[in-house]
Amino acid sequence: MTPGQPVVASASQSGIGSAGNHQPANLGDILERVLDKGLVIAGDIQINLLDIELLTIKLRLVVASLETAKEVGIDWWENDPWLTGEDSGVRAENRQLRARIAELEAAPDTGEESTRDEESAG
Amino acid sequence: MPERQGVWLYAVTRDPAPEVLGELTGVSAETPRLVEAAGLAAVVGDVPLSSFGEAALRRNFEDLDWLAPVARAHDSVIVALIDRGPAIPIRLATVYHGDDRVRHLLEHRAVEFTRALDQVTGRTEWGVKIFLAPAPDPVPAAGGPSPRGAGAAYLARRRATLNSREHQERRAVEQANRAHAALASLAVDTRTHPPQSRALAGEDARMILNGAYLVDNEHTLRFAEATAACDQDNDAILVRLTGPWPPYSFSVLEEA
Repeated sequence: MTPGQPVVASASQSGIGSAGNHQPANLGDILERVLDKGLVIAGDIQINLLDIELLTIKLRLVVASLETAKEVGIDWWENDPWLTGEDSGVRAENRQLRARIAELEAAPDTGEESTRDEESAG
Repeated sequence: MPERQGVWLYAVTRDPAPEVLGELTGVSAETPRLVEAAGLAAVVGDVPLSSFGEAALRRNFEDLDWLAPVARAHDSVIVALIDRGPAIPIRLATVYHGDDRVRHLLEHRAVEFTRALDQVTGRTEWGVKIFLAPAPDPVPAAGGPSPRGAGAAYLARRRATLNSREHQERRAVEQANRAHAALASLAVDTRTHPPQSRALAGEDARMILNGAYLVDNEHTLRFAEATAACDQDNDAILVRLTGPWPPYSFSVLEEA
């Protein structure tokens, strides 16, 4: 897998330069691959890259979604504390839903009417 | 009290080359090591949670001065491993609380890891970026000043420029599609990623195709030649080859 020499497509007069060098040095390319590609598996510590705006570098990268992590299947969010870390987006909604479930489970048999009332009030 | 450590994952392989690890430097300047289970080996590094814990990562990822060397170190460890044999690169910032958790992962998903390794064995990922070629200068209007006056002449010129640019872009897209089809026919698998922004690509030209191609190693030369041919034969586009890459774009755990 080691071609002997750089396989640079020609016509470099535009300054596109030496992309195609054997050893890629372009930081943008490396960031794109290590942040956006590569196997996504759920670690114990997992930052949701969607939350990271990378404002300082203004790079638009398509990043891992919670759905992708879910698809590959370790339910790390069930037993790790990071979900409780911040009040944003999915996490907040998740917590609200859990609270709601707990509430419903804890409630005595109040019948459907009052449940709906609570929902619309909340 | 020693600082709390996390276990950072670089790659999963079934052909561990322990002798290569000693020469490598990981994301936290640590020497990577192996965690083995189920006939597989995870290449990991011990990293302090003060820098690589969740809150710290969230903060550090906003800091290019921190992120850039970490990304390069992560990539360079994986590249060194790939030189010794097939490996599945793991996305940046996958951290576990301990070796047991990594062993559990290897055991739990051994079948899928093995399948993913089979898919990339003897193959290499190549990147191909296609840019719009710089537009040719519009042909200056022949003859003297327009009889219709300077304003009308300006508008006519402007319209001609816009038309030719639109025409040029249409041709570029057609040529890019043809180039992609030609390259894909030499590849085992392909992915098209979103074109990079100018900032990311570091180029003035607009990227219109950002492809990844998984190519059998025996076809490397043919693929490189085909890329060069696509560049030469198509005047509206610039075709650039990058790689060889670890199979970042083709590392997926497919369900059975």
